[in-house]
Amino acid sequence: MFRAAVQLSVSGVRSLTRSQPGCKALLASRCYSHGKQETDEEFDARWVTYFNKQDIDAWELRKGMNTLIGYDLVPEPKILEAALRACRRLDDLASAIRILEAVKDKSGPHKDIYPYLIQELKPTLDELGIPTPEELGIDKV
Amino acid sequence: MLHLIAARMGSLMARRAAVALTTSSARMASHGREVSETVDMSRPMYWDRLDTPLPDKAYKDELTAADKSLKQKEKGPWSQLTNEEKIALYRLMFNQTYPEMKQPRSEWKTIVGGIFIFMGFTGLVVWWQSLYVYPPRPRTFDDEWQAKQLQRILDMRMNPIEGFSSKWDYEKGQWK
Repeated sequence: MFRAAVQLSVSGVRSLTRSQPGCKALLASRCYSHGKQETDEEFDARWVTYFNKQDIDAWELRKGMNTLIGYDLVPEPKILEAALRACRRLDDLASAIRILEAVKDKSGPHKDIYPYLIQELKPTLDELGIPTPEELGIDKV
Repeated sequence: MLHLIAARMGSLMARRAAVALTTSSARMASHGREVSETVDMSRPMYWDRLDTPLPDKAYKDELTAADKSLKQKEKGPWSQLTNEEKIALYRLMFNQTYPEMKQPRSEWKTIVGGIFIFMGFTGLVVWWQSLYVYPPRPRTFDDEWQAKQLQRILDMRMNPIEGFSSKWDYEKGQWK
């Protein structure tokens, strides 16, 4: 019993000492935060890389898109382009249309975001043959 | 210890009863209609939500021959599909479009109606209680009684410095 307690405390102390150098290095580099802050460019690059994965599967596409839509932002056109191309690799036209719808909804009251995105994505949409919800007439009930 | 066991037994029984209730109601609901399948909550499910554009599973599970040929055609270039085919593909995957999800519903009418029904029922209960449950109003609430009480307070000169009687002018016989 006593031995177990001693072992526990020893391991606890060891983990404490082990974690300290890392903390110090972090504190030395940046005194006001607990981690590296990701810049917008890094964020975009990370997501483009995610969707550019050549053998991306349907689950990864869903997970990535649902997570991305969950953030408080509208994804950049280049991320969406990568996502739409991922849909093409998965032969999933419906999800591609759905992504456009979701982005339009995500723009909220800012009516100028969606036309900009469509304008930027136009070459990709034409190349892949993805229709916008407006072209399909499903933008209205 | 015994106490604990008894309590746990009680909660277990309650849970068992709740399960029995729900299953029996489900059976009753399924009795009239053809649909009698139970939903396996451990499997991926379809749902329409604005914040999850791509639900875990396609809306249509069982594809007809026409759907399957459409799915085959989807593997080719998409620009060769007609708009109808594209919409059909969309409807295979998803039930409602975003505008359909955002359509105003009249559910609030049911909710407001329910609130009014329960508030009205509560009012009836309170009215019934005032008739049959509560004792009669105490006599000390009568105006006459309270006037007499006030007079008595003044006559006894209660709190003459800063309180009640200090506000009464005894010479003129009126409030200051």
